[in-house]
Amino acid sequence: MNTSSEQNSIKAKHKPWVKTSHWIITLSFLILVFTGVEILMVHPRLYWGEVGNDLTPAFLELPISRNYQWSDWEESIPFFDVQDSPISAGRLGEERLFNQNGWGRSLHFLAAWFLVLTGLFYLIIGLFSGHFQKYIWPKLKELTPTQFFRDLKDHFRLKISPPTGGPHYGLLQKLSYMGIIFIGLPMAIITGFTMSPAITAAYPFLLDIFGGYQSARTIHFFSSLSLEVFLIVHVLMIILSGFKAQLRYMTLGK
Amino acid sequence: MKKRQQIITRRAALTTGVAALGALLIPGCKQPMPPNYGNILRMGDNFTYAAHRALLSKKSLAKEYNFSDISSMPATGTINPADTSKEYFSESYDKHLRTGFENWQLPVEGLVARPGNYSLNQLKRFSPRTQITRHTCEEGWTAIAEWTGVPLRMVLEHAGIMPKARWVNFYSYDGWLDSIDLIDAFHPQTILAYGMNGKNLSIPHGAPVRLRLERQIGFKSMKYLEKIVVSEEYIDPGDIGWAWYNGF
Repeated sequence: MNTSSEQNSIKAKHKPWVKTSHWIITLSFLILVFTGVEILMVHPRLYWGEVGNDLTPAFLELPISRNYQWSDWEESIPFFDVQDSPISAGRLGEERLFNQNGWGRSLHFLAAWFLVLTGLFYLIIGLFSGHFQKYIWPKLKELTPTQFFRDLKDHFRLKISPPTGGPHYGLLQKLSYMGIIFIGLPMAIITGFTMSPAITAAYPFLLDIFGGYQSARTIHFFSSLSLEVFLIVHVLMIILSGFKAQLRYMTLGK
Repeated sequence: MKKRQQIITRRAALTTGVAALGALLIPGCKQPMPPNYGNILRMGDNFTYAAHRALLSKKSLAKEYNFSDISSMPATGTINPADTSKEYFSESYDKHLRTGFENWQLPVEGLVARPGNYSLNQLKRFSPRTQITRHTCEEGWTAIAEWTGVPLRMVLEHAGIMPKARWVNFYSYDGWLDSIDLIDAFHPQTILAYGMNGKNLSIPHGAPVRLRLERQIGFKSMKYLEKIVVSEEYIDPGDIGWAWYNGF
């Protein structure tokens, strides 16, 4: 059944540009997660819309630092002489506040530069070399419910195929790679841009498409969370299919 | 020993490439960079600064909101420089506070033809600008407020800013020194704000006058202004552990 071109693609090894971008993006991503958690710990509240702060309601509060439900405030003062006026309040106990954003933010953005520039490099080569069409984009004939559910069942039974040594992927594998390449990572990056006052001044439509700064921040958090779930499953699959061999194929090994 | 003469080594190609990229990012290289202190984080910050200046419109305005969008806003960091229990306690601020900022004056010095002290009333005589904008704190929270003040550009032009000038430095009563470049200093939304939500600026939010810098993160909008100095050289507060440019 195998045509000769498919046999060739089975033999194909990971290309050096794939390996290089894979590991630069991996390292950048790990740093982004680490610093991202640090940044979230400084204000562990999530909101929707443009505005969100300790004096407005949050839809999610995360008990991940001592800044959780900060209660040390001066008496609040209304801005206007009307009922339900927005208020102002001075924060007290500033010296007890958790805040490592000085290095946290700068490291986050440094890693983001590596991720964005390497990601662009990867997307351009992937698109123009035919890599995406050949290996990542599922073929029409394999995109059937039968095949999808068979692959899903195999995964749940932990029946994972041994490594092919190259970019010859199963259906679920292709779909999840597409998910992070074309949805997950771009979403994390664009919502990150939307949190930049300089970028949204130049491109205000970003605030409109996400419904405001805080919505973008919330989507940033959940897209990051989905990328972390991907990472865990990805590493699990690598372990189940032969960790040492997989690592060798993705690095120097043939 | 055989010595191979290479016209273009890999290292030379790389360094030339990086230098060319840098030159591309800063057209004409008129704007100097703040120092990076050999710190890789500060190098990244400077790269972001150069990229933003090269790639983003220098004149674009931050989004302005409606009056009904005005929200609650916490006052964080220093909330009163006259607090004697604090390290940053300022005797002169305490004195001004007791007299209702009657004798408060803002010196504008350095590379200006007419250095001078601006009283609150003098600042209010410039035609004011009112803007409803979003304050974006590095911590992750945001708030919308209405700010009224004098565009910094008007004050700088009134004082006769010189062509050699490259930085506008701000000193505050709670002991901070920070600076911005001329692109930000001449931006129409960069104002010396004395009013907030239709009232005089309150003490927790930076009375009597604070900076509003709408295309950078909140802490660049320095509160409790004490002095403005225009300079050609970067006035270096040292590596304070935070980025100097905070458009992100």
